[in-house]
Amino acid sequence: MKVSYYPGCTLRNKAKDLDFYARECAKVLGFELEEVEDWQCCGGAFTSSSDEIATKLSSVRALKAAKEAGQPLVTVCSACHNVIKRTNAAMKDPAFAAKVNAYMKQDKDFTEDYNGETEVCHYLEYLRDKVGFDEVAKKVVNPLTGRKIAAYYGCLLLRPGKVMAMDDPENPVILEDFIRALGAEPVVYPARNECCGGYMAIENADAAKKRSLSVSESAANHGAAELVTACPLCRYNLVKSGSELPVLYFTELLAEALGVKEANA
Amino acid sequence: MQRIGVFVCHCGTNIAGTVNVEAVSDALRKEPGVVFSTNYQYMCSQAGQDIIKNAIAEYKLTGIVVCSCSPRMHEATFRKTAASAGINPYMVEIANIREQCSWVHKDTLTGTEKAIILGRAAIAKVNLNAPLTPGQTPVTKRALVIGGGIAGIQTALDIADAGFPVDIVEKKPTIGGKMAQLDKTFPTLDCAACILTPKMVDVAQNEKIRIFSYSEVTEVHGFVGNFDVTIKKKARYVREDICTGCGACTEKCPQKKIPNEFNLGMDTRRAIYIPFAQAVPKVATIDPDHCNMLKNGKCGVCSKVCTAGAIDYNAKDEFLTEKYGAIVVATGFNPIPMDKFDEFAYSQSKDVITSLEFERLMNAAGPTGGKLLRPSDGEHPHTLVFVQCVGSRCEACAEKGKEYCSKICCMYTAKHAMLTRDKYPDTEVYVFYIDVRTPGKNFDEFYRRAVEEYGVHYIKGMVGKVSPEGNKLKVQASDLIENRQIHIDADLVVLAAAIEPDKSARPLATMLTASMDTNDFFTEAHPKLRPVESPTAGVFLSGACQGPKDIPETVAQAGAAASKVIGLLCKDQLTGNPCVAHPDEMMCSGCSNCEKVCPYGAITYVDKEFRMPDRTTKVRRVAQVNEAVCQGCGCCTVACMSGAMDLKGFKNEQIFAEVDAICR
Repeated sequence: MKVSYYPGCTLRNKAKDLDFYARECAKVLGFELEEVEDWQCCGGAFTSSSDEIATKLSSVRALKAAKEAGQPLVTVCSACHNVIKRTNAAMKDPAFAAKVNAYMKQDKDFTEDYNGETEVCHYLEYLRDKVGFDEVAKKVVNPLTGRKIAAYYGCLLLRPGKVMAMDDPENPVILEDFIRALGAEPVVYPARNECCGGYMAIENADAAKKRSLSVSESAANHGAAELVTACPLCRYNLVKSGSELPVLYFTELLAEALGVKEANA
Repeated sequence: MQRIGVFVCHCGTNIAGTVNVEAVSDALRKEPGVVFSTNYQYMCSQAGQDIIKNAIAEYKLTGIVVCSCSPRMHEATFRKTAASAGINPYMVEIANIREQCSWVHKDTLTGTEKAIILGRAAIAKVNLNAPLTPGQTPVTKRALVIGGGIAGIQTALDIADAGFPVDIVEKKPTIGGKMAQLDKTFPTLDCAACILTPKMVDVAQNEKIRIFSYSEVTEVHGFVGNFDVTIKKKARYVREDICTGCGACTEKCPQKKIPNEFNLGMDTRRAIYIPFAQAVPKVATIDPDHCNMLKNGKCGVCSKVCTAGAIDYNAKDEFLTEKYGAIVVATGFNPIPMDKFDEFAYSQSKDVITSLEFERLMNAAGPTGGKLLRPSDGEHPHTLVFVQCVGSRCEACAEKGKEYCSKICCMYTAKHAMLTRDKYPDTEVYVFYIDVRTPGKNFDEFYRRAVEEYGVHYIKGMVGKVSPEGNKLKVQASDLIENRQIHIDADLVVLAAAIEPDKSARPLATMLTASMDTNDFFTEAHPKLRPVESPTAGVFLSGACQGPKDIPETVAQAGAAASKVIGLLCKDQLTGNPCVAHPDEMMCSGCSNCEKVCPYGAITYVDKEFRMPDRTTKVRRVAQVNEAVCQGCGCCTVACMSGAMDLKGFKNEQIFAEVDAICR
């Protein structure tokens, strides 16, 4: 099974592990990530731009490429996933799609209008819904037995709940089920869907630090020894805050359990 | 040709202010069929009505057109006037030249022109009117009340008091409803049981009232005055006529760990149980999902300990069909489930409870014997946070909650806060609110007492998140007045959950063809003037099934519904509305379109034999209208593709004549 894959900018720089292990684990799990050709920034950095159309164009190009390949578009980074999934939802509104398509017509390779046809799927969702956590569990060679891992969702993966439609934003289970599939023990703690401080890290580093510390403290108080996340920005803030808990990407954890990490050591 | 009299009303200056009434009566005098036309200051007054009566006699009128206010206002008045002068009341037409003309126009010229046109249309219609006679149907002098909460109880008692037999159908093993679960009642703080249980006993002892508990309505046929209702008596595996309610079985049953619904699952009951001490009827019921004997034939303890021999493991559901003249819906409400509100950690912590659970915790007959103890560890809580509007006024999250205000939460939260501070002065009590809404007699004074005398901390703002940390509940909230974030370490969080109609209401509405709003509350016939009647004749509304209500309001509405039922049952015969649908069988193709659109279930189909021109007979399927059920809405006449369906008094040709007259 081949799927279109959108890594996003951070996975090429700060979060290379997130990307590398996602690709390698996919091979073990029996699917292949085909990187969208010439992908551009998802638009995550433009969220405060006043032009609502221009910010969507780069996402729409990736979505359109996946549509033409006849594949679902798989994302890994929470921020990219949030932007692309929301853009895709917006493209289902004909009035909005008409405006965006009018821009797109100026692209040299434009063929037909895009109206939100592509299925946008986060890597975790793909594991849960297409591969199945049971199947993932079967492929585990190094079960993470005895490890107490706290899932950190942050905000972008789950909200807005209606559009993201991944899990209950107030009481999610997908990462806990994932952790369980790898043989570890998930730690449920209240701050797991609180904000890490996000882009506040730039303007007011102290405020961001406070937020991140409250997350890692809450996890530690509930007995967690490590944190796992899908979001590069969350990881950045958590690590920067001086959290005593190690912070891993979920694909790193997966690679460990599947034996991919040691194979690539 | 009719001999028509036209009577133009000034309505003081209401009409005459913007319509030249003299010009209108002059113009209409020239219309075909008109033999007399006049105008008068107040047509509805005694003098005005006398003008009509005299003209009928003098000019031998056969039709009347009154150009006045809306027919909703005075059609009945003028029909009576006509009838007293010997004309069929359905030969009267009203041209509404007030609401639809003088009140909306500022210019006399246009107002007058339009009034003339409206009068012309009414004249054109009267020319085609035919006398109509309403039918008569007998009334079964017995009422059915569906739901045995305080609403159903009060309605039944009031109807029985007037001497009519009443049956109460209650789906639970006992009557009493939500009120039986409450501790104290606002604003007087008298105990709910003390005022409710005597009424329950009255119901049980009243000779005119039968209680079908643990029963449901499964089918409703018929129409106002003549309903046929099928009631399913669910098998309770205990013979109601023999059981003495001694409770021995409920102490010996080995199945002990079943969540007790009466205490909202905060303690347990046995598989054979009596919901609470004052249950009516006070008989045991076996829960078939948990009884070992019923599940696998191994047990039979209750049968052994029952000295009365009331246990019957072979009982089956029974169905009985009864006749009723009127039906009262009193199906009540439920708090909405909290599973979509995980930000308040209801599913994660036992110490986050709903207000109804709080009632049970405070109640002397509740799981803690009336001591306020944390469900998780049985400790006495010191800091309590009450959150109002959980799921109410939830415009942005309609898929989670309700858009409407649940109305009762402000008052019962004030009550809870006050009672907590009164009984346990060592507590700190916080109430988070969007608005405090306390209209009602002695209601606002009650709330102010909570704040001023009992020192309850009322904070305007919503709680964003409740996090269980250790044995505390960390409450994050905002104070909108001081514009700051608040963090409270609470021991107990109480959620004032929105209320919604009981789930049984929707299927019941379908059976009754009674209309509902988008929230599944029953719709009243008129929101102000007919608040306790459903638009479906013979169906009445009592209590929270019609909208959120507190106890005083529910009791008031229950009494009002009862008085409407009594008014109906007092009659020996019901006069129908003769303006009903009537199919032309020769044109009817039997397509069922009319049956599908009829909101009242008045149309059925029959196979009927027709004689053909060649003297052979042919059986065809044709529509048949039950005139007692038909409300004359006209949906079927529009849906009928062959033009076979017509509405008496509003025939297609009459409507077209009106349109032609307007367009002339």
